[in-house]
Amino acid sequence: MTDSPLDAAGLRRRTRRFLAEHPPGSTDRLDFLRARFDAGLAWVHYPEGLGGLGAPRSLQAVVDDELQAANAPDNDPRRIGIGLGMAAPTILRYGTEEQKRRYLRPLWTGEELWCQLFSEPGAGSDLAALGTRAERDGDDWVVDGQKVWTSSAHLARWAILIARTDPDVPKHRGITYFICDMTDPGVEVRPLRQITGEAEFNEVFLTGVRIPDSRRLGEVGDGWRVAQTTLMNERVSIGGTALPREGGMIGKVAQTWRERPDLRTHDLHQRLLRLWVEAEVVRLTGERLRQQLAAGQPGPEGSAMKLAFARLNQEISGLEVELRGAEGLLYDDWTMRRPERVDFTGRDAGYRYLRAKGNSIEGGTSEILLNIVAERVLGLPPEPRTDKDVAWKDLAR
Amino acid sequence: MSTPPDLLYTEEEEALRSAVRDLLTDHCRAAEVLARAETDTPHDLALWRRLAGTMGLAGLLVPEDRGGAGATHREAAVVLEELGRAVAPVPYLSSAVVATEALLACGDDELLGRLASGRAIGVLAVGLHLAPGDPFPRVRHADGTLHGELTGIADAAVADVLLVPADDGGLYAVEAGEATVNGQVSLDLTRPVATVRLDGAPARRVGAAGPAVRRALRAAAGLLASEQLGIADWTLTETVRYLKERKQFNRPLGGFQALKHRLARLWLEVVSLRAAARSAADALARGRDGEDGRDADVAVAVAQAYAAPVAVHAAEEALQLHGGIGMTWEHPVHLYLKRAKADSIAYGTAGAHHQALAGLVDLQAP
Repeated sequence: MTDSPLDAAGLRRRTRRFLAEHPPGSTDRLDFLRARFDAGLAWVHYPEGLGGLGAPRSLQAVVDDELQAANAPDNDPRRIGIGLGMAAPTILRYGTEEQKRRYLRPLWTGEELWCQLFSEPGAGSDLAALGTRAERDGDDWVVDGQKVWTSSAHLARWAILIARTDPDVPKHRGITYFICDMTDPGVEVRPLRQITGEAEFNEVFLTGVRIPDSRRLGEVGDGWRVAQTTLMNERVSIGGTALPREGGMIGKVAQTWRERPDLRTHDLHQRLLRLWVEAEVVRLTGERLRQQLAAGQPGPEGSAMKLAFARLNQEISGLEVELRGAEGLLYDDWTMRRPERVDFTGRDAGYRYLRAKGNSIEGGTSEILLNIVAERVLGLPPEPRTDKDVAWKDLAR
Repeated sequence: MSTPPDLLYTEEEEALRSAVRDLLTDHCRAAEVLARAETDTPHDLALWRRLAGTMGLAGLLVPEDRGGAGATHREAAVVLEELGRAVAPVPYLSSAVVATEALLACGDDELLGRLASGRAIGVLAVGLHLAPGDPFPRVRHADGTLHGELTGIADAAVADVLLVPADDGGLYAVEAGEATVNGQVSLDLTRPVATVRLDGAPARRVGAAGPAVRRALRAAAGLLASEQLGIADWTLTETVRYLKERKQFNRPLGGFQALKHRLARLWLEVVSLRAAARSAADALARGRDGEDGRDADVAVAVAQAYAAPVAVHAAEEALQLHGGIGMTWEHPVHLYLKRAKADSIAYGTAGAHHQALAGLVDLQAP
């Protein structure tokens, strides 16, 4: 499996040879995925021995095309998004060799699911104010506190966790980053029911959970910096693929409009056309951003795309409920369930309307994103920071 | 939607932008534009000669074998962005885009060459407010002469040649000296409109009016989005700069969150407008070869429906956030507001383009 150069042609040859040695049709799915990882074809930009070949990230498409053409199984990336998008890059950057070897392979194959223990009831936008404590006890850390908005917590084997290890220094400096075993005693997961009726997320109560120091990521007190890698990757993952025209939420309402002439009114027509234009322009803006990235000139638009998507999804789904008139008074199902994955454009208009309300809160509220645009893109003065030099334990709460 | 539009700027386009911006920095200062606006000659013909003659920008849309520079709408759009940023009082959109597109649909290469070289300014005698596909007024044709009056004609005051639709379905070229052109007191000081009166003016038929006017107005609506981008870009940039400097309550105004959020939202609108304007320019550039005609219609309608409210919003925010100084005649922000508001009517309102889209993308009215 060596000697092919790391250019597109070489990778293509390598992938074909791999496929010849592991025919997808007659290989067990998990065996296939493990072998793909070991052959360095999982994520080619990762180092050799960790699922990659140290190749440029852009060449992954070559591998994916070949595998797709051969009908090879994939690792269901949407199911393991938190592991792939957030835990893995952080482990790669800050983990010890031993940690990388232990965690990355089963993360990538999907054998071990990951979740994220960051937000707390008292630390939302102000995440660095978090109060979950981790106290050193011999070779272990003992963790007590409460986390919230944790998707997949009830399915996950591992969590990335940030906790306060030093309350006597300002908030950003007293945080440490850990890997938490979700099967350990003291970890209690409760579903958090949301306005849609279902529970995509959980509350996680941590009571005397013992985490060995060998599962610390990065230095003690350096957890905020480590977490930046995680959070940066969360926002990068938005808008990765090109949407076709009418590809998102607008497609649903346009379809309803075409199929149901009986529902049309002049007022709704004006609003629909305006939103159709805005959706098309947001699509073009995302397309332009992708072209900039491909040309090696990343623009600052990325941080703002989520703002646009959130507002549009909310307005469009709101319009669709109204368009449905009498049917808009109904809702498909309030039954409490725990969906394994989320589809913003799934189910019916009422669900979409309610779910879209979260779009301007999750992954950074629109208000915080506007601050980021104003300060980092436009260079306007930062918000006053009265907590910068105050020990965490002395903050108002 | 066969291939995605190219929404970036090429190196050549960026070089073109720099050259135009340098020229405008030296020869189109806001104070001069403002002073000129109240004279009998609001247009800056010296600046026009530099742009059209020296730099050769009037012929961008004209193929080389017809006397032009053989560029496309993509390059013309970059020029218009810069002209918008400076609210430059030159007839670029009127002559180098609208009249030129009309002539490209006809067969008169002699006149086309005069426009492309900048030797003559051409103006299509169709009201500035009309959208592509709208019915347009026509004057009476009799024995090679034209009779009638047309109003709301942008830049007619500086036209050398008027292209006039007549009731026999033809488009006629009339030397401006044969017509009576009277400037109207206009909302937009830097692109004033005028009435054109024809009392037996000798006229030469250059082609059929219908397709020529439709083509000209479509290109105009599409490329106007780039001018509107320029207006929005300048007003946002200038407002951000001012709010970093201006202090009240012992701190820069730009540090107040209420204002930061407004500017951040505006920035998002402007970057979105950039994508929409590039999409329209790219679609027009491809549509010239007859492909994707419908795609160009959609791209133009989307860009124009989006651009007008954004440019107006940007100029209105600039005025409000400048406070009292923004309300003075002395500060140039009103030139941008007036241009933005007039542009929101030019070549069809956002509403007109929404209606066009209803048919184009099958979202029919009740």
